[in-house]
Amino acid sequence: MKHLRSIDELGLDGLTGLLQLTDHMAEINQRPVPKVPALRGRTIASLFFEDSTRTRLSFETAAKRLSADTMTFNVSTSSVNKGESLRDTVATITDMGVDAFVVRHKSVGIPWQISQWTSASIINAGDGAHQHPTQALVDCYTIREATHAQNFSGMKIAIVGDIKHSRVARSNIQAFTLLGASVVLVAPPTLLPPDVSHWPVSVSHKLDEIIDKVDVLYMLRLQSERMAQGHVPTLREYSEQYGLTHKRVLALKSDAIVMHPGPMNRGVEMQIDPSDVKNSLIHRQVANGVSVRMAVLFELLGSGSSLGGQA
Amino acid sequence: MSKSESSSTSREAMTAADVRRAIVRIAHEIVERNHGVDGLAIVGLQRGGTWIAEEIAAQINNIEKEVKVPVGALDVSLHRDDIGMRPVSLGAISNIPFDLSGATVVVVDDVLYTGRTVRAAMEGLNNYGRPRAVQLAVLVDRGHRELPIRPDFVGKNLPTHRADEVSATRDGVFVTPNPQAKP
Repeated sequence: MKHLRSIDELGLDGLTGLLQLTDHMAEINQRPVPKVPALRGRTIASLFFEDSTRTRLSFETAAKRLSADTMTFNVSTSSVNKGESLRDTVATITDMGVDAFVVRHKSVGIPWQISQWTSASIINAGDGAHQHPTQALVDCYTIREATHAQNFSGMKIAIVGDIKHSRVARSNIQAFTLLGASVVLVAPPTLLPPDVSHWPVSVSHKLDEIIDKVDVLYMLRLQSERMAQGHVPTLREYSEQYGLTHKRVLALKSDAIVMHPGPMNRGVEMQIDPSDVKNSLIHRQVANGVSVRMAVLFELLGSGSSLGGQA
Repeated sequence: MSKSESSSTSREAMTAADVRRAIVRIAHEIVERNHGVDGLAIVGLQRGGTWIAEEIAAQINNIEKEVKVPVGALDVSLHRDDIGMRPVSLGAISNIPFDLSGATVVVVDDVLYTGRTVRAAMEGLNNYGRPRAVQLAVLVDRGHRELPIRPDFVGKNLPTHRADEVSATRDGVFVTPNPQAKP
């Protein structure tokens, strides 16, 4: 495997292989000294054109725990401000000798574009509203860890909120269905993509209709600027219909899992503190982020390519 | 190191009974060398060394009945020095549920060859604490060392060609000459 740009590209074998590799990385993270020399001498550059806390920090931590060197590219203090193009920026960093780029950009397809300009591996850390494959891997690993299920067949997963603008939703729908889960999207019509009828999912506009039937409730963040764009009438109305409230927590199945990719909008889609939910995995999602990204980096740079998936 | 022992050209270097006796002897030697089992811990290397580690620990618990020796398993794949030179096949997940600081750790493997696995293991052990001492027990020493490493406890010294394949299981130790290799 050379790049990780989408869940599609990974395929089922690649996905399950990475989840298994993550078990090894999770053990390393529990050692008194959580560091192995596996990627010594490799250099990983992170290229974030959009803000990020957990993705960028967990990639950086993952790289360091595998003994790789890291370069962090800060758009705000870089020559991009002097008008340097993305292509020249990538070429410049490539010339310094990097083995992988971790890329986040607001435009769809940038990771594919960049892979034409460099021989380094490309990891997509979010491109527009398109893909965020490592988040989907984190979520699959977290569900697997909580349920001990090797595949998700028979599992019903609801993804709630702004599907239209969410790369997390797109990657997760692909990953969850690859593993055999059935996915239901819950959102107002204005926050669903126009082509949703072609997706392998069912759709509901009422959270209360499905909340007592799901095994996993996956809440998405509602970006407040969506209101200004007229996608939702008011935040208050949205949170009344689609937010997770105390009443809705009580309606959940007793063993249902609650997840959120962060950052949370407390008072909008999360009307409660996640610690009030018995089976909230939100903290596990963050903790597993490092192990999953170690598995991805090792698979691309250190394994001599042992897993499946098309390069 | 478990390769095909069914091949007609393979040679039996140790029988199942030989293997069993060697393990009993190694267990006694470990207890004797360390004047008991105080602070002793056994760590088998994934995958070939783990069953031997379990057997040695069971034997030691038989000899010194008042203490139970802790047994762990270590996968050294991510500590190897040849990462990137060949596909990595990870063993089972490491499991060392005790602190190694101050312990006398006996590292156990099936076949000692170049010594690179043992070097990786010594580095990996340091992630779990700083042992007081590290000793090495192997069922078979087949020679061809590439690093300054020697075993403390050996089941059998077995001269081999580099191209030979050696398998060591409960059923015995078998040497299979590789027909493709030039002598």
